Amino acid sequence: MLLGRVVGVVVPCVVYEGLEATPMLFVQPLDSHGDAKGRPLVAADSTRMAGPGELVYYEGGREAALALDPPFVPVDHTIVGIVDALHRPGDEARP
Amino acid sequence: MTLGIVVGEIVSTINHPFYDAKKLLVVEKTDPAGKPTGDYVIAVDAVDAGAGERVLVNDEGNGARQIFASDTAPVRSVIVGIVDRIDLT
Repeated sequence: MLLGRVVGVVVPCVVYEGLEATPMLFVQPLDSHGDAKGRPLVAADSTRMAGPGELVYYEGGREAALALDPPFVPVDHTIVGIVDALHRPGDEARP
Repeated sequence: MTLGIVVGEIVSTINHPFYDAKKLLVVEKTDPAGKPTGDYVIAVDAVDAGAGERVLVNDEGNGARQIFASDTAPVRSVIVGIVDRIDLT
């Protein structure tokens, strides 16, 4: 899993069957310090509670689909949790 | 599997049900000499590792699901060992 920052909401009008009620969020991948790294991606949200500005962690690959219900759907990244705190000894904790 | 060093811990209350009560650690990947490669991964801790420890991370889904005895767990990265020493010949 990797860290990401939700930067937007994607509202599709037509999706493949099984993805009708799945929230899609625009996510900026982060490095382990919480700084932006790489290009933003669209991720499904298995928590259904993430929103813009929040720090999340997401899974990629086959496991991304397993986090959703139904589990056999065409997605490549899924948010599986919202970060309350990231503790790095010797570094300040970021919300 | 990859080598890494634990640099931090993630606290999360809203998550996929599989991750309830699972300890998530931030692992910086390293080469065998312990030098960071620049990549990192957030992994579920299966061996009671802690910050500063060198660890072995399994970054593959089937092995991870085997550890948690589930066919459907959305998990791929698991810390499966704590490294004492690496001997290079």
